[in-house]
Amino acid sequence: MSNVRISDKILLFLIFIMVPVALYFAFAYAPEERVMGVVQRIFYFHVSSAWTSLLSFFFVFVGGALYLWKNDKRFDYFAYAAAELGVFFCTIVIVTGPIWAKPVWNVWWTWDPRLTSTFVLWLIFVAYLILRSSLADHPAVRKYASVYGIIGFIDVPIVYLSIYWWRTIHPRVITPAKVDLHPKMWYSVLICWATILLLYTVLMKLRIRMERLKEEVQILQERVQED
Amino acid sequence: MNYLIAAYSAIWILLFFYLFSLFSRLKNLEKTVEAVKRKVGEKAGA
Repeated sequence: MSNVRISDKILLFLIFIMVPVALYFAFAYAPEERVMGVVQRIFYFHVSSAWTSLLSFFFVFVGGALYLWKNDKRFDYFAYAAAELGVFFCTIVIVTGPIWAKPVWNVWWTWDPRLTSTFVLWLIFVAYLILRSSLADHPAVRKYASVYGIIGFIDVPIVYLSIYWWRTIHPRVITPAKVDLHPKMWYSVLICWATILLLYTVLMKLRIRMERLKEEVQILQERVQED
Repeated sequence: MNYLIAAYSAIWILLFFYLFSLFSRLKNLEKTVEAVKRKVGEKAGA
């Protein structure tokens, strides 16, 4: 963080502004849901995190495909960073989901298709991270990781479509056909998601910087060994 | 209300831990880069 660019400063400034704004929208602006009451306010960050994690896993797919096509390390760095961030946001979803489910469904967890497919998605990319961190940076490792990321992405459409394909108790309030929400609730979701996307951008930049530093270390160490 | 507090606390705790992990890994890597650069410089000077 020694050389902070102006664009990064603007991003950080926007996050400092947007976090309290998003919290205001989630806690004060959005009306209280009649059946679930105050606990429904978990929805705003739970759903935003879920969308962000799915988007991130899509980036793993895109980064992996581009790496296999172009053989450019930068795409692999992007995919690796996206996998870690996807797991982070998916963890938020998996942790906040049961906290919401307990007062509403009276159980912490149920093997519902949406919950199960999300949990499987989390496991797929946790395995991706474990494998990558345990292996040295090598073109073959990057290639296999790209293939793994592309195959792992198959679960993303399954997560999305699970509520249409199977019988589920998971709420279905936002679909491409309609948004079954009060307009104030819908605006609150969008504000929260925008805030999370800003945070995501900063985290992604930091995570990619980490991969670049790893590469720099590797190059320098090779030079030391050559000498 | 307790569930709501628990959920938002969990989000902040997870974010704090992730940021802590990310910044400590970055700091370690920056230190390593500096150390290896110094070693390269020493070898070039010798």
